[in-house]
Amino acid sequence: MKTLGQESPLQQGMARRQFLRYAGTGAAMAAGVLTIASCSKDHSATVTNDHVDLGSGDIAILNYAYALEQLEAAFYIQVAASPYANQSTYEKSLFTDIRDHEVAHREFFKAALGTAAIEGLTPNFSTINFSDRTSVLAAAKAFEDLGVSAYNGAGYMIQKVDYLALAGKIVSVEARHAALIRNLISPGSFADSTAVDANGLDGAKSPKDVVPIANTFLSGKKILAPALGIY
Amino acid sequence: MNLFNIIDEIQNVDPEFQERISPRRDAIKNMTGFGTKLAAAALPFAFSALFKKAYGQTTSSVNDVLNFALTLEYLEAYFYNQGLAQGALIPSADKGYFTTVAGHENAHVAFLKSVLGSNAVSSPTFDLTAKGAFADVLTNYNTYLAVAETFEDTGVRAYKGQAGNLLGNQIVLTAALQIHSVEARHASAIRYLRASKGATIKPWITGSATVYNDTGISAVNASYFGENNISQGGVDITSLNAVSGKTTYAAAVEAFDEPLDKASVLAIVSPFIVS
Repeated sequence: MKTLGQESPLQQGMARRQFLRYAGTGAAMAAGVLTIASCSKDHSATVTNDHVDLGSGDIAILNYAYALEQLEAAFYIQVAASPYANQSTYEKSLFTDIRDHEVAHREFFKAALGTAAIEGLTPNFSTINFSDRTSVLAAAKAFEDLGVSAYNGAGYMIQKVDYLALAGKIVSVEARHAALIRNLISPGSFADSTAVDANGLDGAKSPKDVVPIANTFLSGKKILAPALGIY
Repeated sequence: MNLFNIIDEIQNVDPEFQERISPRRDAIKNMTGFGTKLAAAALPFAFSALFKKAYGQTTSSVNDVLNFALTLEYLEAYFYNQGLAQGALIPSADKGYFTTVAGHENAHVAFLKSVLGSNAVSSPTFDLTAKGAFADVLTNYNTYLAVAETFEDTGVRAYKGQAGNLLGNQIVLTAALQIHSVEARHASAIRYLRASKGATIKPWITGSATVYNDTGISAVNASYFGENNISQGGVDITSLNAVSGKTTYAAAVEAFDEPLDKASVLAIVSPFIVS
């Protein structure tokens, strides 16, 4: 597995530049902690004072998925616990199902990662009005579309075929969720041009694009992953 | 054929390509020495070897996956194009769903053909009744919905089953995953439509210890064999904590879709293929 020391000189230079830029804007204390995290050749996740490091290699990808599933599970737990006004029985049953799927995904990654698992993250859903159907559905759509794009975009980074198979088993369930939520918002919008391109391809986003979005829903410790180029 | 232009182009879409073919850039230097010893006619083979070294896959094995996918997409595209062409089959309220799905399946056909180029297989001739098993598929909307549902669920399983053959291949695996999740969106939408017509069906595949096919249609059992698996990566999902108590069997089935191997998929679609 690759560590920073094995990167090409160009990549190393890039990493160092980005790292220094980050460190320069951050607090001096944080920079000290980050140096330790960045130089770590350990593949397991590292917890720093104010960040959670996903680790490297397949562990990083699994922790990345675990982090996203933690967010989704927390979101749907709140949706189910405090239903929006005039929620139909049908919608209530759908949200209960989705909550249970996301909790199962979260618990699965936690069990599969064992001691390499990142800690529990603290979500911050202050931008979502849980008593309003429109707000909840919009947030659900954003989470599900993002989740699908995240799995699609990280699939090729997975080195072990068994892990790729597991990601495949989960991403299609996320896509089923995304389509359902979209149909609840507007019937027939399950895979419209905002989700699927002219070639009939769904979204694919790199961890570099997804993590900053996920971080906006976290209070306290944010996610970083130097091994994935996320500082 | 300029091999080095091709490497440059791959490098554009897959910046790690050179890293893949060797831990160090030496590989390219090696190729130069190697290449000068080869006749021009042998270059495609050298290219093929390079691909195998990069991704552990031969171009022919990748093409096999893509042609398998193309065959399924031909069937789906034909099914939806035919459905939309029947004036009285799809209620006008539901037409938008099928126009969207048909558009994607036709786009998948065009996309896969463009990737495969001259290696693309041509479309088989299809019998949408599957030798009479679904005799009224183009006249009875309920039958049409049921067949659509099984096509989509099977398509999801088929792509999932091929992912491992594309391990690490940024270009082809990513595209396959992007098609795979679109098929899953379709499956969810078709199931949602069926539910709106009174069928007891969820957008996701559910099940129990004894039920693997949740569609209520025994003729499509083969498309759902194994979907009630609850063991993932050595973890029994029903042993995991839920919001209260342990994860139910149904939730464990729903939370993970199962792959299907190529032979099983071909056995499922073969009744739909005349020649």
